[in-house]
Amino acid sequence: MTTTGSTESTATDVVARVTDLRVHFPVGRGSVVHAVDGVSLDVRRGETLGLVGESGSGKSTTGLALLRLVHVTSGTVEVAGQDVTTWSRRQVKPLRRRVAMVFQDPSASLDPRLTIGASIAEPLAVHGLRGSKAERRERVGELLDLVGLRPDMADRHPHEMSGGQRQRVGIARALAGEPDLLVLDEPIASLDLSVQAQIMNLLRRLQEELGLTYLFISHDLAAVEHMSDRVAVMYLGRIVETGTPEQIYRNPAHPYTAALLSAVPTADPARERERRRITLHGDIPSPVDPPSGCRFRTRCPAARPDCAEKDPDLYQVEEGHRAACLYKVEAVREMRAGADRATG
Amino acid sequence: MSEPVLALEGLTVTFGSARGTARVVDGVDWAVHPGQTLAVVGESGSGKSMTVLSATGLAPRGAKVTGTVRLLGEELTAMSDADRRRARGRHIGFVYQDPMTSLNPVMTVGRQVSEACEEHLGMSKQEGRKRAVELLGLVGIPSPEERVDNYPHQFSGGMRQRVVIAMALANEPEVLIADEATTALDVTTQAQILELVAGLQERLGTAVVWITHDLGVVAGIADRVVVMYGGRIIEQGKVDDLFADPAHPYTQALLAARPQPGVRADRLLTIAGTPPLPTELPPGCAFWPRCPVRGDARCEHEEPPLVEVAPGHEVRSFYRADPAVTEERSA
Repeated sequence: MTTTGSTESTATDVVARVTDLRVHFPVGRGSVVHAVDGVSLDVRRGETLGLVGESGSGKSTTGLALLRLVHVTSGTVEVAGQDVTTWSRRQVKPLRRRVAMVFQDPSASLDPRLTIGASIAEPLAVHGLRGSKAERRERVGELLDLVGLRPDMADRHPHEMSGGQRQRVGIARALAGEPDLLVLDEPIASLDLSVQAQIMNLLRRLQEELGLTYLFISHDLAAVEHMSDRVAVMYLGRIVETGTPEQIYRNPAHPYTAALLSAVPTADPARERERRRITLHGDIPSPVDPPSGCRFRTRCPAARPDCAEKDPDLYQVEEGHRAACLYKVEAVREMRAGADRATG
Repeated sequence: MSEPVLALEGLTVTFGSARGTARVVDGVDWAVHPGQTLAVVGESGSGKSMTVLSATGLAPRGAKVTGTVRLLGEELTAMSDADRRRARGRHIGFVYQDPMTSLNPVMTVGRQVSEACEEHLGMSKQEGRKRAVELLGLVGIPSPEERVDNYPHQFSGGMRQRVVIAMALANEPEVLIADEATTALDVTTQAQILELVAGLQERLGTAVVWITHDLGVVAGIADRVVVMYGGRIIEQGKVDDLFADPAHPYTQALLAARPQPGVRADRLLTIAGTPPLPTELPPGCAFWPRCPVRGDARCEHEEPPLVEVAPGHEVRSFYRADPAVTEERSA
């Protein structure tokens, strides 16, 4: 069991920590989805931790577990030094003030019948933050201003706004309880390109102004690189690599990370033509029955017989950079050579 | 150069509504040649999908379509509905974002691919099944002789999209139209599908029209690129010219809005506001209200014409993009 943080990180600079987290969902006939299957990570105060992975990697479920929005099968969830894993529903309520969530689709997370103002005021009332209606109204105005919307937009309904404006409302609502940590689950995925940049800039600015901590969950590798101080790559319920963006993007140590990066198209035609792509075969296996040993071995171009036997732990590549591969950087080197032969 | 497979001239699509007429597509001209890939890029409401749907006779009810569309030299727009349907079925393959819009959930994938062969190529049921197995193998579905009897729900998202591509290829089309065909897929699956289509194109000489919002995908697959905004083409050119030297402020801003790999800029360049609704287009340049260059009153009141800035590179703007921005970005 390993954590993404260095072992010296103390309770005070860690906003949230999950340790050997497992979230399993029964899906009938005795089958169980191993959505998250042994994840440990620290989110440190003031940082953005990027959680990147493809569908079925367990990245969103990990985020939901931090708010206790899914049933934790085993492992622990700590927020601000307190173990909240087994807190009751009543106890969990104030937790959702400390940790707030922003969802992918702002139109699905806002009640269409409520005005924007009412939606933002709701968490204020729930957490008993502003006593009077007038105080709440004032705070709603402040929050709208903070996310770059005119305070008079409080009277509008979600359908009268654009997708980008609705996402700003989603962020304002999440900020209402003055949380320590924002879990941002694919916050830009459903927005137009020109609007994505606006939202990323807004999130950066809010972080600087308010000292926020982010868990930025996304399948968009370029956005994660841009936003994050540290990155964790997930595959089939596990963290397979973690490090700074420089370490992960320049020098990936896990074959999955290397393949993922080589699959991302960049807006540069010359580079695209020269690109040596490491093509993965087949699909991500079912989380109902994950492969034995290393979970990536069924698609790994550098897999060896051993990989089916041993479940690799995260090893230290260098300070702050860890990867879970039995054959360490050798595997990535081998894959790259293979891709060169194929296209060269 | 060879004759274009599919050519649009002055394609315009309007919808009448209580709030007036919405010009969803406005005077679009483009052509795609055998073996070539034309990428049509734009954000939501740009008219990129509507252009292709309307050109091929699939416009939604209430749309008024004008202009000329030629498929293999024949004027599609002048045909009867029945003839147009036949020509479309025979010569064009479609792949949409969600494979389940093309697949019937209660029919085996083999029957669905086979039906297309029977309908458009006049094959018997037996021949159709044999061809279905071949096609499923061609698009990289493992053990196709077994999978041919499976239903769509027994396939993953990426495999379903392969089945749809097999269906689209069943009639040996001259042109394949892919509308956000990899948008819903994971990036490693997207890489597989892009590679598959490129390989098939090379082997079969199919022309491809790839509609997408993803500039990375465009850079990797396109020969020519058409950029749409507010229902109009605002820039078009060869892929290298357009990416190296975007001439329209919108194209440039779009390229600059994406984070650059290996560059951790503090702030991304943004375009203020959101793409306009077709019912709320300004009278002059459609991009004017959001434009970082913001020329003058002419931009506000007069629609700029599409003019050639370099051979084969056209732009619809009175003012060019600021080259300093592109230089700074590539520095």
